[in-house]
Amino acid sequence: MNRIVSLFQHHPSHNLNVYFTAGFPKLEDTRRILKSLQDAGADLVEIGMPYSDPVADGETIQISNQQALENGMSVKKLFDQLRNMRDEIKLPVLLMGYINPVLQFGVENFCQQCAEVGVDGLILPDMPVDEYLETYKPIFDQYGILNIFLITPQTSDKRIRQIDENSAGFIYMVSSASVTGSQTGVTHDMEAYFARVNAMNLRNPRLIGFGIKDHETFVTACQHAAGAIIGSAFIRVVQQNENLEEAITTYVSSVKQGL
Amino acid sequence: MTALQNQSAYQVNERGYYGQFGGAYIPEMLYPNVEELRDNYLKIIAQSNFQEEFQGLLRDYVGRPTPLYLAQRLSEKYNTTIYLKREDLCHTGAHKINNTIGQILLAKRLGKQKIVAETGAGQHGVATATVCALMGMECIVYMGEIDIQRQAPNVARMKMLGAEVRPANSGSKTLKDATNEAMRHWINNPTDTHYIIGSVVGPHPYPDMVARFQSVISEEIKKQLLEKTGSELPDYVIACVGGGSNAAGAFYHFLDDESVKLVAAEAGGHGITSGLSAATTFLGKIGVLHGSKSILMQTEDGQVVEPHSISAGLDYPGIGPMHAHLHDSHRALFYAITDDESIASAMELSKLEGIIPALESAHALAVLPYLKATPNETVVINLSGRGDKDLATYMKYL
Ligand SMILES: Cc1ncc(COP(=O)(O)O)c(C=O)c1O
Repeated sequence: MNRIVSLFQHHPSHNLNVYFTAGFPKLEDTRRILKSLQDAGADLVEIGMPYSDPVADGETIQISNQQALENGMSVKKLFDQLRNMRDEIKLPVLLMGYINPVLQFGVENFCQQCAEVGVDGLILPDMPVDEYLETYKPIFDQYGILNIFLITPQTSDKRIRQIDENSAGFIYMVSSASVTGSQTGVTHDMEAYFARVNAMNLRNPRLIGFGIKDHETFVTACQHAAGAIIGSAFIRVVQQNENLEEAITTYVSSVKQGL
Repeated sequence: MTALQNQSAYQVNERGYYGQFGGAYIPEMLYPNVEELRDNYLKIIAQSNFQEEFQGLLRDYVGRPTPLYLAQRLSEKYNTTIYLKREDLCHTGAHKINNTIGQILLAKRLGKQKIVAETGAGQHGVATATVCALMGMECIVYMGEIDIQRQAPNVARMKMLGAEVRPANSGSKTLKDATNEAMRHWINNPTDTHYIIGSVVGPHPYPDMVARFQSVISEEIKKQLLEKTGSELPDYVIACVGGGSNAAGAFYHFLDDESVKLVAAEAGGHGITSGLSAATTFLGKIGVLHGSKSILMQTEDGQVVEPHSISAGLDYPGIGPMHAHLHDSHRALFYAITDDESIASAMELSKLEGIIPALESAHALAVLPYLKATPNETVVINLSGRGDKDLATYMKYL
């Protein structure tokens, strides 16, 4: 069974999903950070594939993308780094990025490599749902790779249903209308949106992302979903600390304290 | 017409594609905005009160129709018959305002109160700031930090018109990055803001919508040519291509007249093998940028390459999906014009005709030596803008 599906079956709440950019702060930090996150108690991880034009990302992730590319990160390099990761990594692993590098690599080739190294799912925010269903879904299915879709407070119920019917694993529930790295936290306005989505009785669990940064915001988000996703706040942790392992352990423990 | 019912092989289809190019590759955060636009733009454009207001402003505010001018001394020099379509005489100095008027009228009818835009040379930014002043709407323009430096007069114009100019500091700090920032701004302000894209790029329906607003250029050319020559069809139409909006407008009503040769001038920079170029069709491959699938300058890894052109308005690593399709289907012929060739053509037009062209438009003029048109052939060159904004560059060559 796909590791993402299995995770939510066995562990339906308080799942911490952490995003980090591959090849950042240093080119060879990818595996170190991945292992540290597992050791520190993250439940799943999203490895960001850096892109020159990340339109859905705020400044923190933009800078990490730019630095990673300057370090020499590429899709090919990432698959090299992830080879044999399943010897030590048991967590579900997703890759997150923009569609163009995947198209250049070749969608089939990309999915095949994902399956080979043990990647469980993809998040490609600028891949249109229709395009996925018409062209790419059979390839994803063939290699057992889940495609994770985003919904936002502006997404219509009809579209949420369409997305729910065509996805597996989880749905990425963007907390507010913004790019990544917003400082809003979880506000009262968002609760109506979370409640609306929860009342829809969707097939898939949801993870809430954007604006989650610490224990408080994580716990609040977990009241409305199966867990939450931390991105920019974690990028700042690895950016600011020399001792990655220690910093990651401290940060993840603080987010999940008492849980 | 409220649905896309295009018979033409060169027009967008109902899925938002030109051949294999186009579509709407956007993050979910932009989907409701783009969907709203897609579901409404044809309906709104077809409304008689929209058309009245649009045509009225094009006439009384922009100064349309712009002249189609027989450039006699230039014709003598190249031994053919050359007409210049004088978009440089539009209010604000370029064709860009045809589109901004159309889009702001549309934005008003969608109930939007604020406008965001990107700009390269500053011409689109000025044209957007202008219509925002006209309509009393708040205006934010993103502009690459490098372009802010090299197009200072346009920055001042935008400020004088009441717009806020925000520097784009990421990436190459030029047009592509300003576009990224404008898209991020739209993501952050999804309900009250309309994004006025400045060219035939972006997710569907932008390329088609902008092309429709610019199509007034070829509509007028046809009428004017008929009056002047007895035939509405020229042998050649030449235009420069950054994103491709002036070219889309100049080509639009000739797309299905296959006897009319369509010629696009891209920015070759220091030359297509120099590493400092913006000649997308020569250097690019199929890919996705700013919401559409098109031809794109990129690395093997799919990272977008930073382009170079002396002309800020052509300094863009992609082209609109319509042009990618015109290239792919060989309907249009593409030339890469170097920085030096464009400067020489700007100097030539100034001396021969007393018209100082924009650097972008000078790229279209620089196709003339390659064209080898005969004396009884008719060549229409779209003079997309005037050169006032480029004087600082031109001064270095005087
Ligand atoms: C005078 C002029 N011509 C052409 C362009 C290029 O844009 P497009 O290719 O969309 O016409 C610009 C862009 O700033 C411009 O100012």
